[in-house]
Amino acid sequence: MQLETLISRFQQKDEKAFEELYNMYSDSMHGVIYNIVRDHDIAEEVMQDVFIKIWHRASSYDASKGRFFTWILNISRNAAIDKTRSKAFKNSGKNLDAQFFVDILETSESLNDKTDAIGIKNFVGKLAKKCIEVIELLYFKGYTQKEASETLNMPIGTIKTRNRNCIKELRQMVLGS
Amino acid sequence: MDIKAYIDSGILELYVTGQLSEQENQEVYELMQQYPEILDEVLAIEAALIKLGASVSPGVSKTTIQLIKQQLEFTSESSKVVQLPKSRTNWFTYTGWAAALIAGVGLLWTVNQNKQLEIQLSDADLENAYLETQIEDAKTDLAAKENLLNILRDKDIISVPLGGQGNFANSYAKVYWNKADNSIYLDAQGLPDAPEGKVWQVWSLTLNPLTPTSLGTIEDFNSDENKIFTIANANESEAFGITLEPAGGSESPTMEQLHTLGVVAP
Repeated sequence: MQLETLISRFQQKDEKAFEELYNMYSDSMHGVIYNIVRDHDIAEEVMQDVFIKIWHRASSYDASKGRFFTWILNISRNAAIDKTRSKAFKNSGKNLDAQFFVDILETSESLNDKTDAIGIKNFVGKLAKKCIEVIELLYFKGYTQKEASETLNMPIGTIKTRNRNCIKELRQMVLGS
Repeated sequence: MDIKAYIDSGILELYVTGQLSEQENQEVYELMQQYPEILDEVLAIEAALIKLGASVSPGVSKTTIQLIKQQLEFTSESSKVVQLPKSRTNWFTYTGWAAALIAGVGLLWTVNQNKQLEIQLSDADLENAYLETQIEDAKTDLAAKENLLNILRDKDIISVPLGGQGNFANSYAKVYWNKADNSIYLDAQGLPDAPEGKVWQVWSLTLNPLTPTSLGTIEDFNSDENKIFTIANANESEAFGITLEPAGGSESPTMEQLHTLGVVAP
């Protein structure tokens, strides 16, 4: 089924369509959330909330304003960041030091047995550090270009082209294109 | 429009990760409809990022989707479940109220129980303090008695029984005289309480000629419990006597009131 059809059926509260979208995006959203909260159970909890939220807010999605993936990505990042700001989370004493998503790939024992994930792990390890930084901030953390340029201390234009080149490299690794 | 240059600018990556303004988003959307190359590029970027994101996930539990569907009260799982959510809600509600009620009653009972226990505890504390006092008293008492026993057993002690005299045949007393430290211990248990305005007076006597020397009156006789009194005596006594005298005592013994008398064994 076409993504657009699926989304429009989802917006008409089709439960099957919802489940299909869940299957498409739950792993990646869990990864993004996990990278922010760094706790498996909390990440699942936040992800659950995210999917419940998108069901209730389905009608507010507008394809002309962005990709469905981008929409759900924004909701996920915000929910995860909100979680890290909650009192209970702060009291849990989680260490959220400047660790990048690649650190998870390197340290995670429980990396699922999906073969392509293992493949990515091997590829991503080969990504240059400058790529890891920029992808971490723009994709995983949702920084604006300006925030990223300040954090990495480089011009906005450089951020933009570096991001392009790095994702291009990633595509070659994971998609072969 | 130079599509390649547009793609190479990196705007599409920012589009997918959500860094563009509303206006820029609208623009990209329109160009995607127009140019399939741009749409394909966006799809490829998106696919790569989805894979990257998923690779960071330590794995999503299989039950998560069920939990979400439950929370959203989806009915698509099986048709016979249709009625279930309602009855379940009611059941939960009733159970909730029942649990709240039980918890409330339980709480009251606990509070009450706690109060009673506190009262019992303070009672026990009082009792405890009282018993401690008693034990302390008993200990003191015991120590005093042991001390007395030690004194009476002393090898230097001379024991002088004083027998009842005349009308007071039932009276008796005993004197334990320690010549070494010039003191006597008078055991006057065999004497009645001194009547109002009267006092017991103890005398040391020499017999030839009969000369009484007052050893003093026993002012606290009636209130003393063990009726044993320590009295200094530096005299060369040959006998001891006890008379009942007017309060304050007398210069010489009133012989009609001589209750007990005993001679020191030679």
